[in-house]
Amino acid sequence: MNRFAHLLDALAYEPSRNNKLRLLADYFRNTPDPERGFALAAMTGALSFKHAKPALIRALIAERTDPVLFAMSYDYVGDLSETVALLWPAPQTERRNVAPPSLADVVHALDQTGKAQLPQLLASWLDDLDETGRWALLKLITGGLRIGVSARLAKTAVAALGDFAPNEIEELWHGLVPPYLDLFAWVEGHQERPKANDPLPFRTPMLAHALDEADFDKLDPADFCAEWKWDGIRVQAVAGTDEDGRRVARLYSRNGEDISKSFPDLMEMLCEPHFGDVSLDGELLVVIEGAVQSFGTLQQRLNRKNVTQKLAAQYPAHIRAYDLLAENGEDLRELPFVDRRARLESFVERLGQSRLDLSPQIAFGDWPALAQARRDPASAGATAAAEAIEGVMLKRRDCAYVPGRPKGLWFKWKRDPFNVDAVLMYAQRGHGRRSSFYSDFTFGVWKGTELVPVGKAYFGFTDAELKELDRYIRNHTRNRFGPVRELDFSAEQGLVLEIAFEGLQRSTRHKSGLAMRFPRIARIRWDKPAAQADQIEVLETWLDAGLRQRASSATYGQKTL
Amino acid sequence: MPVSRGKTSCFTLWSGIPRVIGVELTYLSGQMALSDLLTLTPAGLYCPVADVHIDPVRPVPRALITHGHSDHARAGHAQVLATRETLAIMGLRYGAQFCQSQQALAYGERVGLNGIDVSFHPAGHVLGSAQIRLQGPSGCVVVSGDYKRAYDPTCAPFELVRCDAFVTEATFGLPVFRHPDAVGEVAKLLRSCALFPERAHLVGAYSLGKAQRVMKLLRLAGWDRPIWIHGALEKITQFYQSEGIDLGDIRKVSAADRATLAGEMIICPPGQLADLWSRKFPDPVTAFASGWMRVRARARQRGIELPLVISDHVDWDDLCATITETGASEIWVTHGAEEAIVHWCQSRGLDARPLNILGYGDEEADTSSEGEA
Ligand SMILES: [Zn+2]
Repeated sequence: MNRFAHLLDALAYEPSRNNKLRLLADYFRNTPDPERGFALAAMTGALSFKHAKPALIRALIAERTDPVLFAMSYDYVGDLSETVALLWPAPQTERRNVAPPSLADVVHALDQTGKAQLPQLLASWLDDLDETGRWALLKLITGGLRIGVSARLAKTAVAALGDFAPNEIEELWHGLVPPYLDLFAWVEGHQERPKANDPLPFRTPMLAHALDEADFDKLDPADFCAEWKWDGIRVQAVAGTDEDGRRVARLYSRNGEDISKSFPDLMEMLCEPHFGDVSLDGELLVVIEGAVQSFGTLQQRLNRKNVTQKLAAQYPAHIRAYDLLAENGEDLRELPFVDRRARLESFVERLGQSRLDLSPQIAFGDWPALAQARRDPASAGATAAAEAIEGVMLKRRDCAYVPGRPKGLWFKWKRDPFNVDAVLMYAQRGHGRRSSFYSDFTFGVWKGTELVPVGKAYFGFTDAELKELDRYIRNHTRNRFGPVRELDFSAEQGLVLEIAFEGLQRSTRHKSGLAMRFPRIARIRWDKPAAQADQIEVLETWLDAGLRQRASSATYGQKTL
Repeated sequence: MPVSRGKTSCFTLWSGIPRVIGVELTYLSGQMALSDLLTLTPAGLYCPVADVHIDPVRPVPRALITHGHSDHARAGHAQVLATRETLAIMGLRYGAQFCQSQQALAYGERVGLNGIDVSFHPAGHVLGSAQIRLQGPSGCVVVSGDYKRAYDPTCAPFELVRCDAFVTEATFGLPVFRHPDAVGEVAKLLRSCALFPERAHLVGAYSLGKAQRVMKLLRLAGWDRPIWIHGALEKITQFYQSEGIDLGDIRKVSAADRATLAGEMIICPPGQLADLWSRKFPDPVTAFASGWMRVRARARQRGIELPLVISDHVDWDDLCATITETGASEIWVTHGAEEAIVHWCQSRGLDARPLNILGYGDEEADTSSEGEA
């Protein structure tokens, strides 16, 4: 598994998605079965290793090294797996010619090894692997492997072996098992497409482009339907019947990750016999007594392995459906949107379930009317849900459901962000390709005569602005803490940044008592004195008034459409 | 081997008129006596009998210099004794007037200084680098300077010199630092070039020694395209070539060249990797050749995309092996991770102590744009 380990190592250092894809594709192309299949399984989370505890690894290294030297090394490196990988003594001569284990060997052996034999087995592998191999093995086996590659990216790389679209892999995926011999044989053109015999396939979702207001000139309102854009998580709910006639269901995230376990309350509904065999596209929300809760509340239900009844009752999960992809074995994706919508409406009505409802459509005659609805959702009929609306969606009436992000069919038109003038307080270099820039900026607003940090934003400017900002930071540094520079800021001196953000929450983690959602730098205000940056009361007022009630004068109204 | 006797030769001074020296070393203020051959003063290691400092960090009347890295070889001493290559490198860096008089000593050649027999022996660190051996009536001390025992086709290989007391560096004095074969690391760089042929490969390497070693290893691995270098590497690289080290077609990068170097190999001082200078290359892969790249957090901290574990210092295993092989019973650790190696020595019954010499930096961690701080 040295080879796989070196791939993981390279992926961890490579910041660009495209380059990660090439590293992956190169690996899959040049690695034989079944090794590459197990690698794919490891990267998509399809392997469940019998995990070793860190204590076992500490015990193994303690038998082999001086405890003082181990402590100094661990202190320096800061990561147990990496320290052990680097410290592990060179093997005895008789092991020098032993071939290192493959990932397939590791997977099989772990499956067949009892707890008692594990230390010895692990030690022999560590003897035979190189430093990178040891690091990856220890990370895998302690469950600490984070490689910065999504399952979707790994599948995209497999698709690239044979010029397939990633969704073709995704739609087969849940019927396949490691090491995916038939999948690789198919993408490389040696074999027919594997049969999709999973009753609950994931269908790659259709995604929207952000709407540029200039687009309105080219778009006819009569061609589009509009819906609210919900501030929840996009899910695909699939219910069906397996070979043995049992009811089965699965809830997928938009990346095809199976998140069923976190939502037993929804699974119960999906498995009811009268639910039928369907595939729904919708938004997962928390709805309490008819009122849609904010994203902050929804987070109570996310990423949980064990969901207690109490938690499920306190934060009831809900699906707001906006598309029907398949029904009773019929693939509806080729139908025009309006026809799918009609099928969806009659399905939801027939079902009569309180946990599942329709995402309502917004009536509008022209673009200014839609702009008004977007600015003030409550006035357009979204009273109980205004909290969870982050804009509007536009969908062409006549278009099919196209996996991926096709151009010109779906648009998202987010609400105008909030704006605040803040003072630059700290700057930090970015990572990877951005490491030559100061690209992470912490900014603050006035609280009396003191500046308090309220958020962190990232760079998004032209090269010329970048250089100016970089020069400013170098010339106005008060203190340096490792990669972080503290800048000179006071009422007399400081750089004002206009910060745009999407929302505001109370937070005990921040000194200012609040946290911004998606802050970004809208403009550098070279002209504005630091003393004239905003006071924290401005933010407090927004918080008190409810996050969505903004004082914004929407730029939309001033444009001619 | 001939002793250099140019205009600046000061052989007569070095061969020494007998001098009166303080016999009670411990009475000298600010000094720590390590043995009767060597003490530690604020300026650095000092041999009172011969009245010379070794790699002093402040200007002194008489200095022995182990190698040309700027933390060891400083300008401003009155008289300097070093290898011919080290003197030449100091001249390139500081100008011909870097000292009042200089004298070259070849590897293995001996010179007597007030009854102390001084000789230089290859340290395998960079071109001209030497360990300095001091032999007196009561014993023998070897000051290693910086050294390595790994393969390096651009300088003379390390020579083991047995001694009673060994003064060693410990830049990588922790057992997690075990440098892999540099040839394998260069192969990693070439694999990246093959996989990303449209990207420029930018390799950060210290300007004296590391840069030329990487160039030579690239040539030996079959890279026959031009190797492009940052201007700060030019003088030293030309010096290596003039010393008969064949580095092939080396070209200096001009500002206008940068955008055109897709698929090419560019070597620059480490500090340039994080500088705006590097932004103009086509989709650059940033590599860094340093022993520190062994530890992931160090590489990530600097935003490196392709860490190359290539070091001009001994790693832990070679450090321990060298200490054992010198036969020395006293080990003094000048700089680096002293604590761990002192512990290791003591657990083997060796008398070891850290010197904590201030002013010896670590060129491998260097981030200044010249790469020479
Ligand atoms: Zn050095």
